Amino acid sequence: MGEVRDVDAAEITRAVRDLCMEINYTVPDDMVAAVKRAREKEESPVGRQILDLLIRNQELAAEGEYPYCQDTGSTVVFIDVGQDVHVVGADLTDSIDEGVRQGYKDAYLRASIVGDPVFERKNTGDNTPAFVHTRIVPGDQIRIQVDAKGGGSENKGRHAMLKPSDGIEGVKNFVLRAVAEAGPDSCPPGIIGVGVGGNFEYSAILAKRSLMRKVGQPNPDPRIAELEAELFETCNALGIGPQSLGGTQTVLAVHVEMMGTHIASLPVAVNIECHAHRTGTKVI
Amino acid sequence: MAVEILEDGRKRIRAPLGDEDVRRLEAGDVVLVSGVIYAARDAAHKRLLEMLDAGEPLPFDPTGQIVYYVGPTPERPGKAIGSAGPTTASRMDAYTPQMLELGLKGIIGKGGRGPVVREALKERTGVYMAALGGGGALAALQIRSQRVIAFEELGPEAIREMEVEDFPVWVVNDCQGRDFYGEAVAPWRKDELLPEEFRLGTKA
Repeated sequence: MGEVRDVDAAEITRAVRDLCMEINYTVPDDMVAAVKRAREKEESPVGRQILDLLIRNQELAAEGEYPYCQDTGSTVVFIDVGQDVHVVGADLTDSIDEGVRQGYKDAYLRASIVGDPVFERKNTGDNTPAFVHTRIVPGDQIRIQVDAKGGGSENKGRHAMLKPSDGIEGVKNFVLRAVAEAGPDSCPPGIIGVGVGGNFEYSAILAKRSLMRKVGQPNPDPRIAELEAELFETCNALGIGPQSLGGTQTVLAVHVEMMGTHIASLPVAVNIECHAHRTGTKVI
Repeated sequence: MAVEILEDGRKRIRAPLGDEDVRRLEAGDVVLVSGVIYAARDAAHKRLLEMLDAGEPLPFDPTGQIVYYVGPTPERPGKAIGSAGPTTASRMDAYTPQMLELGLKGIIGKGGRGPVVREALKERTGVYMAALGGGGALAALQIRSQRVIAFEELGPEAIREMEVEDFPVWVVNDCQGRDFYGEAVAPWRKDELLPEEFRLGTKA
């Protein structure tokens, strides 16, 4: 503690580049296991066929010729910077975007970002800007987690400022409604990320961050873990199934994160990750 | 023949399709698409309809054709295409009735369609089919060739003419007004575990 460690911004660029290149081809082990688990549990024959196809798609992508999905996502970057780190050589944000630029080009990934949302919607051509969430944390390391987030599932995210009187039942119904309304559009089965509490924007960030956990890893708070287990059961009771062709495996996991909130508020956000769950982490 | 019924019950189709062909495709059918299809998604549809409004000729004649909602990844050297699975179809709902009016017969995407599109499919005798959402790598294996025929500057959203072989899809919305997603999900819903608003009363 105390000694300031210099980190060359080029190392950040390299880490982001390498992560973009890796995650779009190789689905993480916990996701592979989650899809296999769903395949074992699925009761619908059509659902099992779909899950077999998803497993083949994972295997084919891992060979390195074709990305798992043609939507290689927006690039969401969670970067935890140790407070004893001094980034040298370039601007932190620029060095992340440069990593995205290089990774998407070198790995033949699709440029899926437009420069403005409503005027020209011109493709930036290199998948920048990345959507970066930075935290300053204790220590002298930098931890970078990248998620290639598909647009179809992202579009099915929902957010609301519920009333405190809506309580936990209100939260449960809001999550179920989001999953029911997403139906086939979010490419089920996926992971349902839920953020409860905080304020308007924090609830959304909590939902997104919850997707970065290992698939199905319960929240350490037993009350929240119990809520996750209940939502997992009720979401699957919707019967949507793989690709919404009917079945028992609509979601692979429900992850809930909570935080303190204002006495007047009950914010809740749902962020859906499709079965193309592409994430990875590097520590510098 | 544009629709061929295989021994295992699957159907193989090849554009151009006529009304009679479309009528032979029913919700839930597994269909293998072969031959030429046209790739177009959000920005391309917007441009196509702008050209139409301006009285300009379209880069391809939609009559009897199949449009695939896809924006592929760049192809690696020696490969016909990169990953090429379907994108969410409902974003094209605003454009679809006009495309069907122009004579388009088949659409491939993923996800549900709104009531206006379902009605237009009935009225114009069209069919909406879904490919494996998120199965972009597998989809690439069924695409033999592709070339950009319009709007190259749109990158992944350019219009492409593609040659596909036994590209697997299933019929979601047929020209009778059926919706396979609704039909497929209903028997699996477990009403007893759900709050009232989510119950369907359709338990098998």
